[in-house]
Amino acid sequence: MQSAQPNSDSETSWGRKDLVELQSLSAAELNLVLQTAAAFKTVGTRHIKKVPALRGKTLVNFFVEPSTRTRVSFELAAARLSADVINMSASASSLTKGETLKDTARNLEALHADVIVLRHSSAGAAQFLAERLESSVVNAGDGAHEHPTQALLDAFTIHEKKGRIEGLHVGIVGDILFSRVARSNLFALTRLGAQVTLVGPSTLVPREFERLGVKVSHDLDAVLPELDVINLLRVQHERQSRSYFPSLGEFTSLFGLTKARAARLREDCLIMHPGPINRGVEIDSDVADSGRSVILDQVTNGLAVRMAVLYLCNAARSGETIS
Amino acid sequence: MSAPILFINGRVIDPANNRDAVGDVLVVDGVVAPAGAGVPSGTEVVDCSGKVVAPGLIDLHVHLREPGQSAKETIASGAKAAAAGGFTTVVCMPNTSPSLDSASVVTWILEKARAEACINVLPTGALTKGIAGEELAPIGALKKAGVVALTDDGRCIQNHELMRRALEYAKMFGLVVMDHCQDYSLVGKGVMHEGYWSTVLGLAGWPAAGEELIVQRNATLAELTGTPIHCQHLSAAGSVRILKEARSRGVPLSGEVCPHHIALTDGALRGYDTNFKMNPPLRSEEHVEALLAGIADGTITVLASDHAPHCGYEKEVEFDQAPFGILGLETELGLFLDILIHKRGVVDLPKLISLLTINPARLLGINRGTLSEGAPGDVTVIDPSLEWTVDREASFSLSRNTPFHGWELKGRAVRTVVAGKTVWKL
Repeated sequence: MQSAQPNSDSETSWGRKDLVELQSLSAAELNLVLQTAAAFKTVGTRHIKKVPALRGKTLVNFFVEPSTRTRVSFELAAARLSADVINMSASASSLTKGETLKDTARNLEALHADVIVLRHSSAGAAQFLAERLESSVVNAGDGAHEHPTQALLDAFTIHEKKGRIEGLHVGIVGDILFSRVARSNLFALTRLGAQVTLVGPSTLVPREFERLGVKVSHDLDAVLPELDVINLLRVQHERQSRSYFPSLGEFTSLFGLTKARAARLREDCLIMHPGPINRGVEIDSDVADSGRSVILDQVTNGLAVRMAVLYLCNAARSGETIS
Repeated sequence: MSAPILFINGRVIDPANNRDAVGDVLVVDGVVAPAGAGVPSGTEVVDCSGKVVAPGLIDLHVHLREPGQSAKETIASGAKAAAAGGFTTVVCMPNTSPSLDSASVVTWILEKARAEACINVLPTGALTKGIAGEELAPIGALKKAGVVALTDDGRCIQNHELMRRALEYAKMFGLVVMDHCQDYSLVGKGVMHEGYWSTVLGLAGWPAAGEELIVQRNATLAELTGTPIHCQHLSAAGSVRILKEARSRGVPLSGEVCPHHIALTDGALRGYDTNFKMNPPLRSEEHVEALLAGIADGTITVLASDHAPHCGYEKEVEFDQAPFGILGLETELGLFLDILIHKRGVVDLPKLISLLTINPARLLGINRGTLSEGAPGDVTVIDPSLEWTVDREASFSLSRNTPFHGWELKGRAVRTVVAGKTVWKL
C-alpha cells in the first residue's frame, strides 16, 4: 500500500497520454524518455531546428503559478516539434474571475487543445486535470508534489556526463520538504539504480523520506566526499520567516556549496541546480560558474527532454505506441 | 398523535436499563409504555424477528447547513438522511451563516425543524460570537432559546484564557462544552495527516500533535473549571491516551470518534480525491488502532458522524482548495456495525448501541436514548446482518460527497420511529 505499483521493468513501450508524476514510471519507461530525448537533442544542433512531429497540434502552456524558465522551455520544445502554442497565465485567465480549474481546462479542451502543460501551486492539480480531460496533460510542477520533466532532464544530464546512472551516489541538498524537484528526482534516480541522499536541515528534510528508499542526512560535510552528483535546490527566502531555519547566513554555513566545500568534492562530481540560483546562498557564485557545474547543460537538455515528453504523450493519446 | 406501535420478537437492547433480551416494546401516545401494559386496539404490530430493537439513535455531531448554506443541505433533507441512517435525534453544529450565536437563529432552527424535520433536531449554540474565538456568545440567551450544548465546531478557541472563561460561564447553565480540537499554529495550512503520505503527495501536513495539544489543554481546563468538555471527532492516538488518563482521575472530559477515522487511513488520499478530505484528517494505521482500542476500553464514549455535506462543484477543485468534510448520516451505522462488530469485534452490540444512544443523551442531559417507561417513543430497528451496498445516488442528502460509494457493508437500520411514528423504513 505504500506506493503505486510501477509498470513492469520489462515494459518497453510508452502508453501514457499524460505525464503527471514519475513515481509510477518503470525504469524502462524512464529510459525510453531519455533515449527519445537523445534523439531530439540532435535537432537543436541542426541548421533547421524543427521537426514535424506535432505539426497541426495545439499545445497550451497553462501556467497558474508563475514561471519563466519552464514555460519558455516548453514553448520552445513545442515550437521545435512544429506545434501551435498558446501561453496562458493565471492572471490572463478567468481563474481570477472565480472560474474553477476544471471549467478553465474544459474550455481549453473545447478549443481542441491536444496537450495542456500545467504549472500549478496545488499538489495534485495535474492529476485532477488528467482525470477529467481527453487532452494530454503534462505536469510542469504541481505544488510540492512533482516536477517530472525537471527530474528527467536532470537524469538525462547525469547520464550524458557520466555515461550511467546506476550505482551513482546523488546528493540533493536544501529545501526538500517543499520541493517537487526533489521528489521527482528521487523517484526517477532510485528507479534507475542510483543511491540518493537528501541533505538539509531537519526542519526541511523529515525522516519520512527514508521510507522512499533514500538516505537522509543533516551533515553535508560528511556526505560531500562520497558524491558523484550534487544537486542544490533553491532556498525559498520565505522559509526563514516561518522558522525552518534561523537565517540565510546560517543555512549557507551549514548547507551551502561554498568554495571550501566544493574543494572537498570528488574531482569528477557534477554540480547541478534546477535554477533560478541564489548566488551566495545555496551555491557560491564562482562554484556555480565552475567547470564542474552543468547548470546550463541542464537548461539545454530540458528542451530535448520536453520535446520527448510532448511527443510521447501526444502519440499515446493518438493511439500510437512508441517502443 | 400517531397510532400505537408494538415491536415484537426482536432482540431488545436498552443499555440504560441493562436490557438485552428478546421481547416487546410498546409505544403509545408517543412514549414508551410500561412493561406489561395492555395493547390498545388499532396498534400497529411490527415483527422484528432476527432484528434488534434499540432506542432511537442519537448523532451528536451533524452539520445541517441551514441557515445560509441550503444548497449543501437543509434541515429537512438532513433529517431525512438521518432517518434513513437510523437516527431519531441529531445535534446540529453552529457554523452556519449566520452562525448559531443568537437566540433568534436558534429559535428559527427549532421552528423550522418542528415544521419540516421528520426527526428531533437539537441545536448547539456558539461559544463565541460568530464562532470567531474572540468574545463570548450570549450563552444565557442561547440556553433559554433551547440549545443543548455549546461549541465553536469548525473552529477552535485558541486563547486559553477565553476558553477558561467560556467554561466557567457555561457551567452556570449546566451546558456541556464540545470542542473541535485544533491548534492553529501547529496545523497551519495543513490539509492531510502529516506523515509518509503527505511527504509523498506534497500536501501540507496536519500533525496529530495539533489535536493532541488541544485535548491536553481541554483536560487541564476541564479539571480546573469542573465544566465537562467533550472532544469532538478525535483522530489521534495521543488524544486517546490523554483522554484516558484524565478520565481515570475523574476529570469531566469525554471524546467521540467518527466512522471515517476508523474506516480509512491517509493512504486513501493518494489519488487526491477530495471526498477523502476532512478535518481532522484521515490518519495512519497506528492512530486507527488507538481509536479502536479507545472504543474497546471505554475511553471513547460517543460515536458520531460529523455529517458535513458540500456541493459537488465545491469539492471538485484542487485538493488544497476544497472544503473539509464528508457525508456521514446514512453510512454511519453500517460502518460501525461492519467494522466494530463484524470485522474487528471491538465491542458487542449493547456497547455499540450505548455509544449511539444513552451516552450522548447523558452527556447532553436529555431524556432520550433509552426505552425506559415514559421515555420518548424513539425506536430504531436494526438488522445487524443485512448486507448492502452504499449508493451515493440513493442518498437523501442534497450532497454526494461520500468516500464510501460502492462499499459493501454488513448491518443497517431497517426502520426509524420517532415518537411512535415510523419516519423511515427499508
